[in-house]
Amino acid sequence: MAQTYRSQLIDPLVDNNPITLQVLGICSALAVTSSMQVAFVMALAVTLVTAFSSMFISMLRNQIPSSIRIIVQMVIIASLVIVVDQLLKAYAYEISKTLSVFVGLIITNCIVMGRAEAFAMKNPPIASFIDGIGNGLGYGLLLMVVSVFRELFGSGSLFGITILPTVNNGGWYVPNGLLLLPPSAFFVIGLIIWGIRTWKPGQVEEREYKIQTVEAH
Amino acid sequence: MGLRAFFDRLEPQFTKGGKYEKYFPLYEMVESFIYTPKTVTTVAPHARSYIDMKRIMTYVVLATVPCILFGLYNTGLQTNLAIAELGPSGWRAAIIEALGIGFNPANPLANMLHGLLYFLPIYIVTLVAGGIFEVIFAVVRRHEVNEGFLVTSMLYTLIMPATAPLWQVALGIIFGVVIGKEVFGGTGKNFLNPALVGRAFLYFAYPAQMSGDTVWTPVDGFSGATALAVGASDGYAALPAHGITWMDAFIGTIQGCLGETSTIACLIGLVFLLATRIANWRLIVGCLAGMIAFSSLLNWIGSDSNPMFAMPWYWHLVLGGYAFGLVFMVTEPVSASHTNVGRYIYGALIGFMVVMIRVINPAFPEGMMLAILFGNVFAPLIDYFVIQANIKRRAKRNA
Repeated sequence: MAQTYRSQLIDPLVDNNPITLQVLGICSALAVTSSMQVAFVMALAVTLVTAFSSMFISMLRNQIPSSIRIIVQMVIIASLVIVVDQLLKAYAYEISKTLSVFVGLIITNCIVMGRAEAFAMKNPPIASFIDGIGNGLGYGLLLMVVSVFRELFGSGSLFGITILPTVNNGGWYVPNGLLLLPPSAFFVIGLIIWGIRTWKPGQVEEREYKIQTVEAH
Repeated sequence: MGLRAFFDRLEPQFTKGGKYEKYFPLYEMVESFIYTPKTVTTVAPHARSYIDMKRIMTYVVLATVPCILFGLYNTGLQTNLAIAELGPSGWRAAIIEALGIGFNPANPLANMLHGLLYFLPIYIVTLVAGGIFEVIFAVVRRHEVNEGFLVTSMLYTLIMPATAPLWQVALGIIFGVVIGKEVFGGTGKNFLNPALVGRAFLYFAYPAQMSGDTVWTPVDGFSGATALAVGASDGYAALPAHGITWMDAFIGTIQGCLGETSTIACLIGLVFLLATRIANWRLIVGCLAGMIAFSSLLNWIGSDSNPMFAMPWYWHLVLGGYAFGLVFMVTEPVSASHTNVGRYIYGALIGFMVVMIRVINPAFPEGMMLAILFGNVFAPLIDYFVIQANIKRRAKRNA
């Protein structure tokens, strides 16, 4: 084991964040981050699915023929997603309605598949489980940061509790409607990536080409 | 002491090793605004021209002067007309009363002054807020503070509604400068028009203050649909009944953003830009052709439920932001296509999209802003295909 369990948990938070470094799982990050509550449930669901799917896939890794491994992985992931979906419908019906299709789409979330392919197929179950939790937390952390920003400035509240009273409710804050639209998450995530890469220049990708300097100063 | 000597004395402080080395962009900004820059291109290709970017930008600002002047007049006129019915309110009215100028809409000077009181705060906020971010980026990234910002800030101001809250104005221009331009590397690398990015940001973020019936004329209690909104609900034939003739719209005495209502003022600017060869005529031809062709097609198709289908092209031309966008935004050289064939296609795409959004999309009565941003996004792709086609043609010829 090259990595300790601790580093497996902590690395994906910033240093190897699935969203900001690997740019995976973007679509759900755009769709569910307009309110913190929904984002939180989504992060939880993805973390659980990633962790358990990685664990089960890792248990079976020596039995899975490599030619059909994607199908086997999909079956495991899909079963787990269905379990999560049913649990949400049973215990958090309102939220599951807001999340609607995005719970089902966890199946196609690149983070889940990515961890299964990249990690679980080569590592023992416990390590895979922790890796899944770590990556789920990294995803969740970014989702929470984005949704704090979007919910606070988009509707003036956090977890549905009013922080900035909006004009429509007699307060002073004029909510920014753009932040309630999914494309705004692009800007927010983009700015976060910019911030992180300024903080940790090691994450900056190499340029694919170099722009010629025309003017010598 | 001559001005040149003053600059020469100051310069060592700002160049490498000097006390204020960090602030060289600031020094450079002021110096080259007054004198021709001393730096010359050192690597091929060498293009010789008396005109550099600063002169281009200055010319564009000059071209907006008719729009500014008419915008001042029209904003004041609309306000004074509304005041005649609803009575004055706000600090601007207090200033006018204190000066004893009055609110007579028949007095052009009173109108101009009243318009100025709306134009200036927005313009100053734009310059200060956008300028601060422009300078921050110039200092941190060590590039020049570019006159492009003068153009951006002027265009941005002219497409604001007169009632726009100043903090929103500031937020919009900051977004436009940072997201529309600086994150991509500054002037010359912005594939979107920064002024429009700022405007679009506000349009989606604060629709209540940026669109609708009450934002165009800054008088409490005033409500009046824009010409395009009337056209969308009742058809263009109903416009004269609402007091808007084609001539009104052409001259620009209708409601709208600060400086975009007057088609004739925009056309004067266009003549200037074409004469100085800053605007490329191919873009104009393409954009007009696209708009005329597609709106004529829609006229011919017709619709029972959507009266906008019947609006002829000469109405599309004079309403909303079409003329302003055509002259000052479509022709923006950086975000437009760079190949000649591409310019026709790029212009036509925008002309087509404007009509498409105005007529067929019920959510947006006006489409110029979105159409141009859409065109901006496609410009590099258009260039790519034009160049590839050229390469193929030449390969075949020489095969």
